[in-house]
Amino acid sequence: MKRRKFVQLSGLGAGALMMPSLMIGNNISADQLMMPGMDILTKRKLSDVALNTAKSLGSTYADARIGRYLNQYVFTREDKVQNVVNTESFGIGIRVIANGTWGFASTNNVTEDGIKKATQQAVAIAKANSKIQQEPVKLAPVESYGEVSWKTPIKKDFKDVPVSDKVDLLLSANAAAMENGANFVNSALFMVNEQKYFASSEGSYIDQDIHRIWPTFGVTAIDRGAGKFKTRQAMSAPMGKGYEYMDGLESEKLDGPSGLRLYRNSYDIVEDATLAAKQAKEMLTAKSVQPGKYDLVLEPNHLGLTIHESVGHPLELDRVLGYEANYAGTSFATLDKWKTGDFKYGSDIVNLVADKTQPGSLGAVGFDDEGVKTKKWDLVRNGVLTNYQAIRDQVHMIDQNESHGCCYAQSWNDVQFQRMPNVSLEPGKQKYSIRDMIKDVEKGIYIAGRGSYSIDQQRYNFQFGGTVFYEIKDGEIVGMLDDVAYQSNTQEFWNSCSKICDESDYRMFGSFFDGKGQPSQVSAVSHGSSTSRFNGVNVINTGRSV
Amino acid sequence: MAIYTKEEAKQIMEKALSFSTADACIINIGGSESGNIRYARNTVSTSGHRSNQTLAVEASFGKKSGVATVDEFDDESLKSVVQRAEELAKLSPENPEFMPPLGPQTYDDSVSYVEATAKVQPEFRAEVASKSINPASKQDVTAAGFLDDSYGFSAMMNSNGLFAYNKSTNVDFTVTMRTNDGTGSGWVTRDYNDVNKFNPEEAAKVAIDKAVMSRDARAIEPGKYTVILEPAASADLLRNMSGAFNARTADEGRSFMSKDDGTKMGEKIVDERVNVWSDPLHPEVPTSTWNGEGMPLKKMNWIENGVVKNLAYSRYWADQKGVDPVPFPSNFIMQGGDATRDELIKSTKRGILITRLWYIRSVDPQTLLYTGLTRDGTFYIENGKIKYPVKNFRFNESPIIMLNNLEALGEQVRINGNLIPYMKVRDFTFTSLSDAV
Repeated sequence: MKRRKFVQLSGLGAGALMMPSLMIGNNISADQLMMPGMDILTKRKLSDVALNTAKSLGSTYADARIGRYLNQYVFTREDKVQNVVNTESFGIGIRVIANGTWGFASTNNVTEDGIKKATQQAVAIAKANSKIQQEPVKLAPVESYGEVSWKTPIKKDFKDVPVSDKVDLLLSANAAAMENGANFVNSALFMVNEQKYFASSEGSYIDQDIHRIWPTFGVTAIDRGAGKFKTRQAMSAPMGKGYEYMDGLESEKLDGPSGLRLYRNSYDIVEDATLAAKQAKEMLTAKSVQPGKYDLVLEPNHLGLTIHESVGHPLELDRVLGYEANYAGTSFATLDKWKTGDFKYGSDIVNLVADKTQPGSLGAVGFDDEGVKTKKWDLVRNGVLTNYQAIRDQVHMIDQNESHGCCYAQSWNDVQFQRMPNVSLEPGKQKYSIRDMIKDVEKGIYIAGRGSYSIDQQRYNFQFGGTVFYEIKDGEIVGMLDDVAYQSNTQEFWNSCSKICDESDYRMFGSFFDGKGQPSQVSAVSHGSSTSRFNGVNVINTGRSV
Repeated sequence: MAIYTKEEAKQIMEKALSFSTADACIINIGGSESGNIRYARNTVSTSGHRSNQTLAVEASFGKKSGVATVDEFDDESLKSVVQRAEELAKLSPENPEFMPPLGPQTYDDSVSYVEATAKVQPEFRAEVASKSINPASKQDVTAAGFLDDSYGFSAMMNSNGLFAYNKSTNVDFTVTMRTNDGTGSGWVTRDYNDVNKFNPEEAAKVAIDKAVMSRDARAIEPGKYTVILEPAASADLLRNMSGAFNARTADEGRSFMSKDDGTKMGEKIVDERVNVWSDPLHPEVPTSTWNGEGMPLKKMNWIENGVVKNLAYSRYWADQKGVDPVPFPSNFIMQGGDATRDELIKSTKRGILITRLWYIRSVDPQTLLYTGLTRDGTFYIENGKIKYPVKNFRFNESPIIMLNNLEALGEQVRINGNLIPYMKVRDFTFTSLSDAV
């Protein structure tokens, strides 16, 4: 971690939730969030200024993204509001190809004059870099869509909900946790609205309105006598939804083992905080795990992170090709393995799909950030590696001629590049419940929720923790476990997948702030799955005495 | 231009303060100019230039505060941003942890700004890239690197008479060199306030040599090994440990530093040769001499002869506990020894040399247990010599256990603005092997 980032975070105190670098933009009032942005005709006119300027300076391609990014974040602890943040960021990013080379520049001066200057800068950068470019950029063809628009299908816009309602809801969740034995609770609500306008020299003018929400908390129980503390995180998932996600609909609740309550498309934060306090206390005296081989039954809100790290990232084509070598790394899933056509990524029942259209997911948009209509495609079918994630300037490298539509920039200020779409495990075809996953396991562990995670730079070796762990003995849950982490190798792990629940158990996990690139950019992505079983996975004990 | 002199910044902030009608008002202003170049596959991939300036107003009525920001500094913009902050403050819930602004403070003159770094041009960045790419292509190696240079200022003024100003420069460089057969990888990191200290050829050579040397690594059994940690390898674990030096979480009972009903202050937690301090005026790792609360930053001891000497107190927590505030450290300096890397290797009968640790994540905050992996150059040492490269390991280790198992300390090196020594540690815990190169 860089010193500057560290200093920022330590100032918040370890109890506070990490405040991500996404918090860009100018602070505004909640009322100002509701004001309409620039009208669409003006956006079109100003985009054309960029496209025409680029053309007149010799560019062979140009795109302009006018973005208004609105964020509202609410932070509380116990009975106090720590912070309410409303931000707005508005500007334009212009990308061009000149002399076969990319150039990019951005400005928050969204006037004809400001846009002309930024476009000139983008073209100048492209021309300067073309001197050391080895191969000209080759773009896959894309349809010209004309004027189109897309909206996240939301029922309640967070901007229409008073801040006081949000504060009250978080404080009620905190109070529920404290009443049920918590010593501390930190809770937060992250809400995002991206209003994006994209125009390209290929004739598309795309207007999109994208919403995301993430309620979360950490409930801590302390036993000072024993010198122990445990934190139980929320069982929510960040979603591509409106404020209706907070409704806590009974129809979207599922019962897990040992009284665990799980959530699908609607979240009950007060109920979850109540249970979290009880479980945090239970964790203080849970049995320390005996290391060894276990059959793991993994709940979707846990398995999502394993999918993210061991399937999502290694199948990003830019990583495979070496563009990320100096930062996140490269990938074990090399082109030669893919070209054999029979590389067994997982067992026969493993089907992993990439999808930028899945309703309610964080990655769902109508069009990506280079104007490609989004779609769904296979990454692994019947256990065999079939494809990667690629954008317009990459697909020719895997002998394809259609972009997968997964290009994204975190703001108008950053250049767009290949980002992970939602990557999900298809539900099993046979009818299996969570109980069916557990009942024939002799020695196993059921793991729910996200925990510690770490994976190597080529995505072979990983280690994951979780939120709660339950021991399975002879087909029954016998009690809570502590100090659990499992270590495996990606290919070995996915080939040990032996049973997957059907679609009635299918739910999404999400990552709100996934980082990639230098300078780093964040993006939000979901991973769906049903509860799944993996046989004979190595479990270590993470308890230490210091 | 986003950089303002001390006088210019002062004038702008005084103007903004003149519009304030709140009980208390704090103005922060900052600006930066930064440039970067990114390359991979032995060619440039992206490059950019960023310019940012912003002024933030925090207005307070009683214990209610509001913050508003603006990036234009004309009178009209200043007036409206102050009004906006005041409107937000009136609508905000009371913050029970509100602290009134500090009065005037005396700060040391910082030494974190170097003119030469502020004057870096795009041509220099391209030259740095070519000094990686050219030697790499001559040796069947592929370079992927990133250079980022920045020049910035920050200033603070409040309605109680406080005024602070600082200018700083930074250059950060990393490059990964991979052999074209995919079996070897090397890496190097360099960072400075003064770009004149940066030698791109030397840095590239270190990474290329490691890539070539690390080809065809052998697998050896995971377990407990004596390790020589290069400073880049231990830096992140040590910084994570320093995060535990927070008095509030220690007092609340949810930190490694908690003990019974109090904290581990005054207790010996690591080997007595361990001394850690922070110093904003250290010539090798200078920082600003004040923090975000406007508190002066001075040299401060955190661990002395293995004993916890200080914990950090925010102004609010210090007030609650009836003690003086202790600002969080702005850098991390750990005392080293005279031994060079080669001398540490020479004195090792059997051990592992580690270039860096990667993907480090907390496993248990109570014991400060972390997991992660070795990366970009891991070598087996036998009878005082590097024998052969070994496959990467996953570790599960706590920096507290690591510093209790200290064998020897070597020379200090600057890593990400901190000074970290080479160190030799026994019984470092590797729990599995990784095939990653």
